[in-house]
Amino acid sequence: MRLEPRTETGIGLRLAAPIAAVAASFLVAALLVLIGGASPFAVFAAVIKGALGSQFAFLETLTRATPLIFTGLAAAIAFRARLWNIGGEAQLYAGAILTVMLGTGALALPAPVLFPLILAASALAGALLLLGPTILKTRFGVDEVVTTLLLNFIMVLVVSMLLDGPLKDPMGLGWPQSKKVIAEAIWPKLVQGKRLHLGFLIAILAALAVWFVNARTTFGYEMRAVGFNPRAARFAGIPVNWVMAKTALLSGGLAALAGVSEVAGLKGNLTLDLSPGFGYTGIVVAMLAALHPVGVIAAAIFVAAMFVGADAMSRTVGVPNYIANVMVATALLTMVAAMLFTRFRLRRG
Amino acid sequence: MHAESSSSATHGPGEVVLRLAGITKRFGPLLANDAISLDLHRGEVLALLGENGAGKTTLMNILFGHYVADAGEISVFGQVLPPGSPKAALAQGIGMVHQHFTLADNLTVLDNVMLGTEPLWRAASRRAEGRKKLAELSESFGLAVKPDARVADLSVGERQRVEILKALYRDARILILDEPTAVLTPQETEALFATLQKLVARGLAIIFISHKLHEVMAVSRRVIVLRQGKLVAERVTSTTDRHELAELMVGRPIPEPKVEPMPRGAAVLQLTGVGVDDPKSGRRLLQDASLTLHGGEIVGIAGVSGNGQSTLADLVSGMVKPGRGKVALFGEEIHFFDPAIMVEYGIARIPEDRHVQGLVGDLSLEENLISARYRAAPFSKRGLIDWKSVRDFANRVIADYDVRCSGPQATTRLLSGGNMQKLILGREMAEAPRVILANQPSRGLDIGAVAYVHRRLLEARAAGAGILLISEDLDELLALADRVVVMHRGRVSLPLTRGHIAIRELGLMMAGHGFAEEGGSHAA
Repeated sequence: MRLEPRTETGIGLRLAAPIAAVAASFLVAALLVLIGGASPFAVFAAVIKGALGSQFAFLETLTRATPLIFTGLAAAIAFRARLWNIGGEAQLYAGAILTVMLGTGALALPAPVLFPLILAASALAGALLLLGPTILKTRFGVDEVVTTLLLNFIMVLVVSMLLDGPLKDPMGLGWPQSKKVIAEAIWPKLVQGKRLHLGFLIAILAALAVWFVNARTTFGYEMRAVGFNPRAARFAGIPVNWVMAKTALLSGGLAALAGVSEVAGLKGNLTLDLSPGFGYTGIVVAMLAALHPVGVIAAAIFVAAMFVGADAMSRTVGVPNYIANVMVATALLTMVAAMLFTRFRLRRG
Repeated sequence: MHAESSSSATHGPGEVVLRLAGITKRFGPLLANDAISLDLHRGEVLALLGENGAGKTTLMNILFGHYVADAGEISVFGQVLPPGSPKAALAQGIGMVHQHFTLADNLTVLDNVMLGTEPLWRAASRRAEGRKKLAELSESFGLAVKPDARVADLSVGERQRVEILKALYRDARILILDEPTAVLTPQETEALFATLQKLVARGLAIIFISHKLHEVMAVSRRVIVLRQGKLVAERVTSTTDRHELAELMVGRPIPEPKVEPMPRGAAVLQLTGVGVDDPKSGRRLLQDASLTLHGGEIVGIAGVSGNGQSTLADLVSGMVKPGRGKVALFGEEIHFFDPAIMVEYGIARIPEDRHVQGLVGDLSLEENLISARYRAAPFSKRGLIDWKSVRDFANRVIADYDVRCSGPQATTRLLSGGNMQKLILGREMAEAPRVILANQPSRGLDIGAVAYVHRRLLEARAAGAGILLISEDLDELLALADRVVVMHRGRVSLPLTRGHIAIRELGLMMAGHGFAEEGGSHAA
């Protein structure tokens, strides 16, 4: 058996790859559930019911998908240019910190001014946080996987320090949490009385914008060329380092929006458990989407549905909700394998 | 096999050691090998000649058991070879030296030679024996290697010797060499040919796969020509010539490049005392290099690879800055060196390596065609790419330069080498450049594609462009260049004018003669 490059990859195959990957992850999860002594059918039925079974469940899934779309886009756009941004978590917290710094009363501005200001400032914070590792990479060849990954831990400690210091809520009974953002900075809900908020709409718009940038602009072209072959790109006169820097700004900024969206749209304040690993899960989302920005929306909703559904399932069936982590992780592995088969075919002999 | 009976009498070859009978192999609609039959005799070098895609490699892969033929039979020393078994092929004494070496860089020569011949747990105890056998082989065939040197530290020529020794160590009686000279310097090529003569004198039989005619003429006793999967001709080498072989290979007459005399135009590119140092090691890559290129002429750069040609190419491509000296384009000294600036000046740059520098394999053809000019109209306006004008341009280049592809949106890495080179030519020459840097423009291409590249370069010359042609192929330089300079250790010789160039003299200069008195300190 050997691998042979495909001459072309049809749209059907490109869609089949993630579906096959997801199906394979279901199989693996079913095996684990069986070993655990429960019925896979009951478990999956409960997961699906918990994720999509009611208006409440569905809106909850979309709410959970919102930060994943942002971090998924951040990973997708960086990976396309072969900039391995593993620091989505850190950039998310950078965005959240700026939201709290500007949005809890420091600026008494009307909502139409405060809203874009917080958005821009937070995005800039995330952007600059990724610019550092990118400059280290292009200037000195420092591996950005290491630097961006380590920044995640540094940022969690920084948040911890801030929540016990300057950003600590004096009325918080000593809990490490910030003050609530003021009414002018809070994002409106999309459905009255439910948790789904404006962030979801902004995430969709961001995905469409990234798609437009990729497909139609010279910058999107530059990112692809640099990602696929930096030496040929440089030979052609494409400013490789500058493209990397611009990609970093865009990617870091998008990840930071996840932080803004969670604070201003959902939680209202900053706590240490603002993100249950949205930054890392964004990488899975990007891979499942094969780095396609519109695919990121679908992948984020799928991953969110798994988590939300597993939570509900664990309450009713009694299988631990960690099964969602297993499924998402397996889906990442099988997706990487499936992507190989979109480029190569297996041949005997 | 009609020519066979007449040829065997003249040289008195040995018995038939390998016989292919009616080998046929189909890949989908493509007939890669169409009922090919041939005999290989003991003590002969049989050249297998054909363009890329003619079926040479498929045939050898079938012989070596990598593919199974749809029809036909292989027999070695009279015994039928079981199909699809590389192990059986090895056991029958068939050895193969691939174009891209299959050596483990971090192991020693001895380890590489022994690798796979001994079970792992016994390898240590057999080392002394292996060392002795390797020493004997290397002495009797004049293949000098250091058994304890790491392969990573060896030159390309030395690595090839290790590959040959590896085959001999396995008692190969039939040796297949796939494009063995593609990576060698002229000196290394000559050494290889001497080795091959020794091998056949000792009774081995060799199949020499190539598309370089002068090598086939120099080394083989018989030639078999493949075209589009068919065996189209068989000749005794001494009764044919390069011209006939070229026609057989391509299937139509190949016109020799015609270099019409041209009045020399104004200087378009001028280097004066240019020096470039390696930023990391500080090694002098280019020293006191002076060179003038005029409009309407081709200046050839000869030299053994690694003597500063790449640096010269990088300089003209804008990839490196000169540390000393002056570079002038169209009479004006330039101070900024960047690929984008060279594009602005209208310099066409055909890079040495199509895959590494020339093209982005995973982008489409049309995307590659705009890689240097996507920033400006008509390809983009205010940061938005106008894909319609890109596609129009791509369709035009594909038609003008005869790029065989499924369309402008095809993935570039799927093109053949020749079509990739046409794509690069189309991109670089579409804007009627006044300076062309052609770095090894025909390396790895088949005759048809080489003739095409030469024709395009000569057309550009006729249109008044100045062309800097870097090549390791002396025949190419002598055929095309108006003047030739030789590079040695980063220095550039004085130019030799067309018609006053002797290959012998060039060879001596490539070895460093005549450079000592110019610079003093850097005698060869």
